[in-house]
Amino acid sequence: MTDRATTAAKIAELIEPFNKKGVAITDATTFAGDLEFDSLTVMDFVAAIEDDFDIIISMNAQAEIETYGQLIDAVVKLQG
Amino acid sequence: MTDLFSKFDPLIEMRAQLLSTGQEDPYNLVMERVLSPTQAICNGRETILLGTYNYMGMTFDPDVIEAGKLALDTFGAGTTGSRVLNGTYAGHRACEDALKEFYAMDHAMVFSTGYQANLGIISTIAGKGDYIVLDIDSHASIWDGCKLGDAEVVPFKHNDIEAMDKRLGRIPEGAGKLVILEGVYSMLGDVAPLKEMIAVAKKHGAMVLVDEAHSMGFIGEHGRGVAEDQGVLDEVDFVIGTFSKSVGTVGGFCVSNHPKFEIMRLVCRPYVFTASLPPSVVATAATSIRKLMHGQNKRAHLWENSKILHAGLKDKGFQLGTDTPQSAIIAVIMPDLERGAAMWEALLKEGLYVNLARPPATPANMTLLRCSLCAEHTSEQVQTIIGMFERAGKAVGII
Repeated sequence: MTDRATTAAKIAELIEPFNKKGVAITDATTFAGDLEFDSLTVMDFVAAIEDDFDIIISMNAQAEIETYGQLIDAVVKLQG
Repeated sequence: MTDLFSKFDPLIEMRAQLLSTGQEDPYNLVMERVLSPTQAICNGRETILLGTYNYMGMTFDPDVIEAGKLALDTFGAGTTGSRVLNGTYAGHRACEDALKEFYAMDHAMVFSTGYQANLGIISTIAGKGDYIVLDIDSHASIWDGCKLGDAEVVPFKHNDIEAMDKRLGRIPEGAGKLVILEGVYSMLGDVAPLKEMIAVAKKHGAMVLVDEAHSMGFIGEHGRGVAEDQGVLDEVDFVIGTFSKSVGTVGGFCVSNHPKFEIMRLVCRPYVFTASLPPSVVATAATSIRKLMHGQNKRAHLWENSKILHAGLKDKGFQLGTDTPQSAIIAVIMPDLERGAAMWEALLKEGLYVNLARPPATPANMTLLRCSLCAEHTSEQVQTIIGMFERAGKAVGII
C-alpha cells in the first residue's frame, strides 16, 4: 500500500466510533455538514488521530480541513 | 445582495421560539436600581443577586467609592488617551503599584478590560512559529487572543494532564511554547490541578500563563489565586486578572516577574491602541486591591456561603457542576435549554437573579444556572436562596 492508502485505512478505523449515524464516507465527505461533528466530537476525534499518529493537528491546520480527503492529506503531510 | 446577517438566522429563530412562549428574556435584564452588592431592583422586582461575580462585595465599599469620587473631582471624567501617550495618570501608576504589592511581583500592566489583557498578552507573546497549548474550556478572551496572534494553537481536554503532556511532547524542537491555564473555570466553578500541570509545562520548557479572574481576592492565603493556594505562584510566568469581579470595578491586568516585561507596553497593540481607564476607575481599583490584601475574614465568610449553598442545593436534589464546592461559583446543571430558561424565570419571579449559561459558552453543550456568591451575602440570604431554588425547581419539575 502507498503511504496515503495506509494512512487512509488507519483513519477509517479511527473515525468509526465517531460516525454514529453510519454515514458512507468518501474523500468528499464533510465533517461539519455530512457527519454533523460538533466541537466536542472534533476535539475527541482529533485527539484520537494525534495520539495514534503521534502528530499535532493545530487549530490553524484544522481550519483548513473541511473534508475527509483533506484530513488524510494533512495527516500524510504531518507525518513528514 | 447577500444579507450578511443571514448567518445569524438560526440564532434569531431559536430566540424567537423561546420568547414566543412568554418566557422572560434572560439576556435582556435591566437593573433599575442597585441597592447593595447583593440586592437590586430588576425588571421591577426586588431581587437577590447571585450571578454578578462580585465575590468580595467591593462595589459599595465606602473607601472605594470615596477614592473614586475624589479622583473624578481631581482628574476629570476620562483620560482621552492611550497609556503610552497622554493616558497614564498618577492613578494608573498607583494602581499598578497596588497590583505589584498584592501579588509580590516585579511588574504589573493595567489594561482597559480583562478581555483586553488576555487578548493583548497572548497575541503579543506567542508569535509565528510559537505554539500555544491550552485547555479546551478556556474563556472566550483567551481563544480570541489566540486568534489575533499568529502562533499554532493546540487545545487539550479540560484539566487533562496527560493530554497536555503528550501535546507538549510533540512540539518541534526549538519552538517557543506557551501553556495557558485558568485557576477557576467559570462555567462549572471547578479548579485546575495547577501544581501538576505547571510541573509538566516546565518539564517541556514552556512558559506558563494563568488566568486567575475568578479566584483573585478569594482563593489562596493572600487572595492571589489558585496558583498561590497550590504553592506554585512562583512558577507562573504571567498572571492575568480582572477588576470586574472581586475588585468590583472594570479593567484588566497582567503581573509578571519576567525581566523584560516592560517592553510589553510598547509592543502590545490592545494596550497601545485604546484609551486608558478613567481616573475614577483606577482609583477605585487601587483602593479595592489594597483592601483585599486584608480580606481574610470576608474570604472565610465567602467559603462558608459557598459550602452551605452547595450542600443545600445538593440536598434538595439538584445536579451540580462539581461534587464539592471548589470556588465561589456553583453551577446547577439543567436538563435542557427550555427547562433551564423556565427555571431561570421562576427564580427571577421568586426574587433571585442567577446567570443562565447555554451552549456554545458552556462545556459539553450543557445548560447551566450559574450562581456566584458574594462575601456580603448573609447566612440568612443563603438559606432564602436555597428555599427559592427548591420552590422554583418543584414548580418547573426539575427536582
